[in-house]
Amino acid sequence: MSGGKRADDFDHPDVVIYPDGPMLVRGATSIRDEDGTVHPVVRPVVALCRCDKSSRLPWCDGTHKVIPRQ
Amino acid sequence: MRMPKPRGGLSEWVINRLASTGEGSLGPAPVADSWADEVISLWTLHELSYRGFEDASDHAEWDPEVLVVRHSLELVLEERLRSRWEHPGTDPDAADVPASLEALVDADDGPSLADHVRRQADLEQVLELLRQRSIYHLKESDPSAWVVPRLPVRAKAALMALQYDEYGDGDPNRLHAHLFARGLEDVGLRSEYGAYVDDALPETLEMNNAASMFGLHRRLRGAAMGHLAAFEMTSSLPSRKIVQGLGRLGLDGPMAAYYDEHVEADAIHEHLAARDICGTLAQDEPDQAAQILFGAFTCLDLEGRFARAMFSAWEQPS
Repeated sequence: MSGGKRADDFDHPDVVIYPDGPMLVRGATSIRDEDGTVHPVVRPVVALCRCDKSSRLPWCDGTHKVIPRQ
Repeated sequence: MRMPKPRGGLSEWVINRLASTGEGSLGPAPVADSWADEVISLWTLHELSYRGFEDASDHAEWDPEVLVVRHSLELVLEERLRSRWEHPGTDPDAADVPASLEALVDADDGPSLADHVRRQADLEQVLELLRQRSIYHLKESDPSAWVVPRLPVRAKAALMALQYDEYGDGDPNRLHAHLFARGLEDVGLRSEYGAYVDDALPETLEMNNAASMFGLHRRLRGAAMGHLAAFEMTSSLPSRKIVQGLGRLGLDGPMAAYYDEHVEADAIHEHLAARDICGTLAQDEPDQAAQILFGAFTCLDLEGRFARAMFSAWEQPS
């Protein structure tokens, strides 16, 4: 390869925190919430709620968009 | 699926042409009689690149006479869509694209069909909405799939992550278009692909034509991804409202499950689309930044026009 990107040239973290949004987690197979319940993961990427106001914790449901930003 | 009913002289010409491709010329296509005639003609031509029609020739998709008509209709459509969009003047900075997408979505004040479904729509109104939505949801994500080979590395990987989820993460039972088909059966509607095309409003067909045109043209890849981002960014919360509305009407089976899936899935997809697809595309190809915003605006604008048409048909204040 001449002058091209190497295979490891891209940042590709497994966990990404989005500003004023959820935390995206890649490659998880299960998530334990704060009550100790284990939720199986069926998607390659899931969004975990960070505002604590989601109607389906631990997953994000977009509710953060309609509550005042802290 | 069989070809739709014509809505004027041009769509009649198109349908005859697709049925008889390879059997000699029909002469030049007539000018469309109306917007309805125009949009059903272009919808029919685009469908040749999806699943096609059992009563159209398999050779019609790439027939030069057919392509001439498709091209002229697409030029008219693109001009109409661009005339509604206010170009920001200077090209937006690539780094600002995700924030600009959010600002566009936040500024959108179109009437909300989801609010209406949640609070007061009656069963017949909900069924009519689902019939209109079926034109897209039965081919959900297919227009975006065409864009994959046209993207640089980061945007391509992110689009594939999103599309993999749209297509059921490898499980055909979870493929979104299939979930919607199951939902249609659940509420007593027809689930075959294209079943309600003859009932589709021109506004519905225009939405679908825009998504197909953006997907089919490499030149419009930025618009396609901006359109996708705006779609995903306005899906999660409205989907939850529709689940609530369906529940209010006693419909808590597979159709509610379809929308329920979108509450969670699109809360993920909107970030993938805005930042990892559109954000990196704009960084890698800065000339696409304005096109991304054009596509996003168009998605919101067409949804607003569709919602106003539905409310108008129901004689609801919009």
